[in-house]
Order: sequence, then structure tokens, then C-alpha cells
Amino acid sequence: MNLPGATLLGQAVLSGVFIGALYGLLGLGLSLAWGLLGQINLAHFALAFLGAYLTYHLATVGGMDPLVTLALIAPLFFVLGAAMQWLFARFRVSPLNSLLVTFGFTVIVEALIQSIWTADFRRLESGYAAVRFRIGTLFVPLPELLTLAIAIALSLAAWAVLRYTDAGRAMRAAAEDPPVARAFGVDERVLSYVVSGTAAALAGAAGLCLALSQTLAPAQIYAWIGVIFAVVMMGGPGRALGPLLAGVVIGVSEAVTMAVTAPSWAPVVSFSLLILLLILRPGKA
Amino acid sequence: MRDVASLTALAAALALVPLAGLPPFYETFLYLVFHWIVLATSWNILSGYSGYLSFGHGAFFGAGVYTTATLAARYDIPFLWTLPAAAAVAAALALAIGAVVFRVRQVRGELFALLTLAVTFVLATIILNTSIDGGPGVYLSAVPLPDLGPTASSTFYLLALALAYATLAIAYLVRRSRLGRGLFAIHDDEDVAEVMGVPTFRFKQIAFALSSALAAVAGGIHALFVSYVTVGETFSITVPLTVVLMSVLGGTRHWAGPALGAAAITALMYAFTAGDYAVAGKAVVGLVLILVILFMPQGLLGGRTRKQSQVAPGARAVEPPRREEQPEPAVPRAPAAVVLRVEDVAKAFEGVQALRRVTLDVREGEVLGLLGPNGSGKSTLINVVSGHYRPDAGRIVFRGREIAGWPAHRIARAGIARTYQIPRPWGELTVGDNVLIAAMFGGATRTSGAARREAARWLEFTGLAAKAHVRPDELNLHQRKFLELARALAFRPGLVLLDEVLSGLNPAEIDSAVDLVRDIRRQGATIVLVEHVMRAVLALADRIVVLNHGDVIAVGDAARVMEDPAVVTAYLGGPVHA
Repeated sequence: MNLPGATLLGQAVLSGVFIGALYGLLGLGLSLAWGLLGQINLAHFALAFLGAYLTYHLATVGGMDPLVTLALIAPLFFVLGAAMQWLFARFRVSPLNSLLVTFGFTVIVEALIQSIWTADFRRLESGYAAVRFRIGTLFVPLPELLTLAIAIALSLAAWAVLRYTDAGRAMRAAAEDPPVARAFGVDERVLSYVVSGTAAALAGAAGLCLALSQTLAPAQIYAWIGVIFAVVMMGGPGRALGPLLAGVVIGVSEAVTMAVTAPSWAPVVSFSLLILLLILRPGKA
Repeated sequence: MRDVASLTALAAALALVPLAGLPPFYETFLYLVFHWIVLATSWNILSGYSGYLSFGHGAFFGAGVYTTATLAARYDIPFLWTLPAAAAVAAALALAIGAVVFRVRQVRGELFALLTLAVTFVLATIILNTSIDGGPGVYLSAVPLPDLGPTASSTFYLLALALAYATLAIAYLVRRSRLGRGLFAIHDDEDVAEVMGVPTFRFKQIAFALSSALAAVAGGIHALFVSYVTVGETFSITVPLTVVLMSVLGGTRHWAGPALGAAAITALMYAFTAGDYAVAGKAVVGLVLILVILFMPQGLLGGRTRKQSQVAPGARAVEPPRREEQPEPAVPRAPAAVVLRVEDVAKAFEGVQALRRVTLDVREGEVLGLLGPNGSGKSTLINVVSGHYRPDAGRIVFRGREIAGWPAHRIARAGIARTYQIPRPWGELTVGDNVLIAAMFGGATRTSGAARREAARWLEFTGLAAKAHVRPDELNLHQRKFLELARALAFRPGLVLLDEVLSGLNPAEIDSAVDLVRDIRRQGATIVLVEHVMRAVLALADRIVVLNHGDVIAVGDAARVMEDPAVVTAYLGGPVHA
């Protein structure tokens, strides 16, 4: 183990923050659906990658600005999410079974992506990718910075909605005790469509960021599941700011581990952290 | 046992397949079917039976893969000897994880699933970064294969067949055993299982070790089958997800469910990947999964596990309760011995002092009424005596033995039974099985036949015999309360703690319940009765203890206690409590 210099460490922390923001953004929709609807939605990862591929396609084939594609993708995904919620409500799917049903969707989406865009790696060459600037001795790439900005903005927005609006309070009440919330006039059916749709739209936003900063391949869908679940659990399901904070904690600790030891050791940190949290503070994790 | 016989016959017939001289393709395909049958069935022994959903099955599979790879490729240990080693390594790993995780009450459900997934990634990273693998993967192509069959593919076929047979037989035997019944009780309500005498920690550990060891043996065989192993392939999300999928598809409550699911999904995947439609095949698997879960949420074999109760209606024609059979005859009143002594017991929850130095005696053969306003500490006292909570201070002595701090199942076996104010039956088991499990684990019976008779008898006693085959959710509140009683009585307890058995019942039901409690008492049991229904308390209790704010404020016979000024103040209000 050799200690890296201050610049390298600073760069590691910064890249940890950036990857943590992406973790947080991917975890946000998952966390809301889990905490507020009691659904463990594996399809969230599939939707995020579908969003990423759509961004890629619209930007490379359609010539659109990647950021503008979200205006098309978000509403489309909102409808998809609401439709899925309808299916779940119609068949009264239990949390465990929600995991399996959404895994089925994930496999279908993976097959869809593979048949349209093939299993090869794809990388979006946008105008943003090349831009990077320096702050002091540190390099700041623009796509990652955009991801961080989007993650912060959306997490804060979700937090504010849940905390300060009537609909947000009603959602939290319905998550805590549906029958009582119903007795107080909360229409939890409509709310569940809104939550599910929003979660799916958030997957679209995360997909945009994936497309901006990552190389895409259909099999990559599964690569993110472990770490994102760690982020969601650590942040506390249903808490809007949780995934971003936990994501940054995990991202930074991974990046520092990579800088200090070898990149391949990185997963030990995040998952050991999660295991410790689960054992020591199972109620809070 | 008919199931085991047909399973054995099937396995024996399948063992003859290599003699037919089929192209290796068939043997390889069937190898994969058996491979997945082992993985799914072994997963189900812990996760399906006990409800502890594991996403870490890949870790134990991988532990097996790498144990065999290391021992066979690096140390030249004969392949077959590496398989028991693989099982031992995985079982030790499972026991070590379980020793920590199973002690934390809240790590259940999704948390356990996630934790086991995290363990998988940690293990994978360690193997990747140490000399066990180191990054490039391990080749096993030089490892000699034992000559079990005429060809290499038939050797793998026979190995996997033998393991699949063993795994299914184990799953079947566990399902039928005490262990299996205990695991099913844990699945439905672990706290109640513990209080009814099921050694939950030990059972979970056994199931976890068994499940992991079997997966590891499959891993060991698979290491040689693929002949080149990498961390990325071995510890991918495929194994944990696929086994869950297969088990749920087939039905997790049936011993053969996961095997059926494994065969179906393997065949489905093979049918498509073999042709040019690999991508479409994947989508079809996904679609099948969705449709099955939506339309058959219990799995393909789910319907078959619904009915059968082990307490047959014919068997309950045995004896109605007869007095001469009672282990403890009614005890003469006057100088009764102390059965339970609670001494200076204190218990606090995050600063709220639920019990402060409570001292009381329960005497042999008496009915002790425990009264007090809401929040006075009655339920906490029951939870402390029955072992659900550990007291912060004080002594609890039951029949001369200090039981404070014992695990709840030991206290149950020592002879203390309890009921729950809001009935907590094991919801997925029949009424008959609910009582049977209590009889099996409560310690009054040794053989399963005796437990069955005991269960039938208490079902009869509480008037639930006709309902033995239904699930608790088909009972009304009155019947559910009686089910609580039947379960408690089935262990022939020396002391019964009745937590508000009468609350929520209508006057006629209260009368019949009061009669039932009288019957129980007449049979010699000592009863602590927590109750709000005053006329029932006055009718039943020999003595009364009144709690308020965690203190005993009055003790004595019913009429005198109810006139005590402190009691009147506690119930009707008085000067503001300081």
C-alpha cells in the first residue's frame, strides 16, 4: 500500500463524488418505489439502460442534443411506470414477487436492447464528452459535472415535494399506513401511479447520465444492481436525499480505495460498509 | 415415503441412460438440468422453507467452485476428494455468517437478501485479489476426471444425477422432519416460533449450512465441467437470480417445486439458445416468468401444498380430555408452592421504564389476575417472563431454575406457555399444524405420533377439531383466540400466561372462554391472566396483582384489591402522577 499524493487523492475524491452522484441518481427512483410502494423494482435498471440507449440513438441518429432527449424520454417513461403500477395493483403483487416480475421485464428489455443495438459496446460521442476544465490541480469532466448537477437537482426536488407539498405528505402517510391514509381521504391509487411514473422518469434521467459518461452494453444492466441496492439501503428506502448521500459516501470510499490499493479492491469497501450498517443498525440502514 | 421410493426409482432409471449410448449432447443437457435442480433445491431449504430470502447462493456455489479449483489444480488432490472439502468450506462460511446475522432480530426479509448479496461481492473481490484466483482465472483442464461412466460427459451426468438425487431426498426429509416444521413456523412468524419452543437460531444455522454445502458440491463439479473458472462468471448475479426464479416458478413450499422450476427454465433456455433465437428466447423466459408470477403466485406446485394437515380428522376421534391422564393433578389450595418468582425485575425501552423492580409470586395451581391500565407494564412482564425480552435487572425463577436471559425456546420447553392478545397464528399453516408444531416443540411429547394425538386432543378441547384443515385466516376472532389457547396447552405447560384472551369477544363468547379457562385450571395448570374484562377476572382469579407505571401497587384477593385507594386512583385518575 503506497500513499498517493494530495493531487491524486483529490482527484480520487472528486471522481468518487461524480460516480456517487450517478449511483444516487440511479438509486433515487428505486428508493422511492421501494419506500413508498413496497416494490423492489429490478426493471429500474433496465429502464435506465433503455433510456441511455434512446438518448444515444436520438443523439447520434437523430442529431438531437443529449439533454433535450430527456424531454421526450421522461414523459414516455412516466407512462411506462404508471402502466407497470397498474399491472402490480391489478394482480396484487407481493414485494417478493415484484422482484421476480420486474426481473422478467428486465430480461425482456435486455433482449430488446440487444436486438436493436446489438451486444456490442456503444459510446455516445457528444459535444459534452470532450469538454473538461481545471480547478486548481484537478480535472473536472463536463459529463460528470452535469450528472452531479442533475442528481442534486432531482434529489432536492423529490425531497421538497415529499416534505412540503400535500401530495408528498399524503404519499408518506399512504406508505406508512394505507388504510388509515385512505380513511383520511388520501387516494392512494392515484398517488401510486404518480410515484411509479416518477420513479420510471427518474430512471430515464439516470439513463441520460449513463449515456453521457459511460460505455453501454446490454449485459451492463446487471453490473449496477449490487452497488445501487447498497446505496438505496444505506440511504434508507423512501428517503429522497438518502441515495445521493449514500452514493457519494460509497463512491468516494471506492475511489479512494482504488487510488490507495488496486481498482479491483473497490467493491470490498462499499459492501463491507453495507454489511456493517445492516448488522449494527438494521433498523436505520 | 412413497415419494422417496418413486424418486429413487426415477434416479435409478436415469442412471442407466449412459448405457444407451446417446450423443453427448443429451447427457450434457441433462447435466445442466441436474445442476440447476441442485442449486434451486438447496436454495429452497433455507429460503423457501424458512422465508430467509438469500441472494447469496452464488457465494456458496462460488466457494465450492474455487475450493475444488484450488485443491485439484494447484495441490493435485483427487477431484472427488475436493467435493467434501468444498461442502465443508461453504458450510463453515455459512455458519460464520449466520452466527452474526441470525442474532440480529431485524435482519430479515429484504435486509437478509441484500446482506447475502453483499457477502457475495465481498467474497468475489477477495478471491479476485488474492492468490486464490489473482485475476486471470484458474484452468482445470489438467485435472484427471474419475472414470464413473463410459465417457467424460456421462461421468458428469452421473455425478450431477447422484447429487440431484441426494439433494431432493434431503429436501424431502427436511420438509417432513421436526427441522422442516420448525422452519415453516419461522417462515410465518419467527418470534412466535421461538416462544413456542422452536430453537430458531440453531434451525436457521442448520438449514443455512445444509443449503450452502449442497450448492458448493454443485460448484465443485461445475468447476471441472467448465474446466476454466473466473471470478466474473462464478460470482455473477446469474446464480442467485436464477435459483430464486426457478424456485418461485415451481413453488417454494413444496420440496419438489424448485426442481420442477429448474427443469422448466433450463429446458426453455436451452430450447432457444440452441437455435438462432437466443435473444428471442431470453425474452420468452422473461415473459413466462411474468405470467406465472401474475397468474400463479404460489408457483406451479403451489396448489398441492395448500391442504394436507398432518392432524387427520380421523385421528382426533381419540380420547376427549380425561382427568386421570393429567400430569399434574389439582393441587390442594392452602400452602401452595411458588411456581414462578419474579424478583426486582426491571426493563426499559429507550428511556421509557416499562418495568421498575417488579416482584411477584405465582403459586402452584392458582389463577393470578394481572391488572393495570394500558401501558402499566403487563405485556412487557409477559414478554420478559416468556423470554422475548431480556430483563435489564432482577431474577426470574421458574420451578427452582433461574430463567432470566434464557432464549425463549428454552423457557418454553421448561414449561411456560403464552398466548398473544392479538392472535398470531402461523398464517400459511393449517389450524391443525399450528397446534401440532406447538405440541412437537413444547417438550411434552417425544414422538411425532404422540405429538399428533396431543394436537388432536387440544383441538377437540377448544372446539376447533372441525377446523383442523383450514387456514387460520378462515377463523373468526373467537376461534383464533381459542387457537392461541390450543397452541399454548399443547405443550402441557406448568404455567400459562394468557394475554387478554377475552378482549374483543362478545358477552356470550366471553362466557364460553371463561368456562374454558376454568377447565384448563381444573386440569392442574397454573395460570397468569392478563385481562381488562373485570367480571371475568373476578370470576376466575384467586389473587390479583395490579401494576401501574411499571410498579406493583397492590396484591391480594380480588375484592380487597379493587377497593385499594392506589388502585382506584390508577384506574379512575387522581392527583397528577409525579
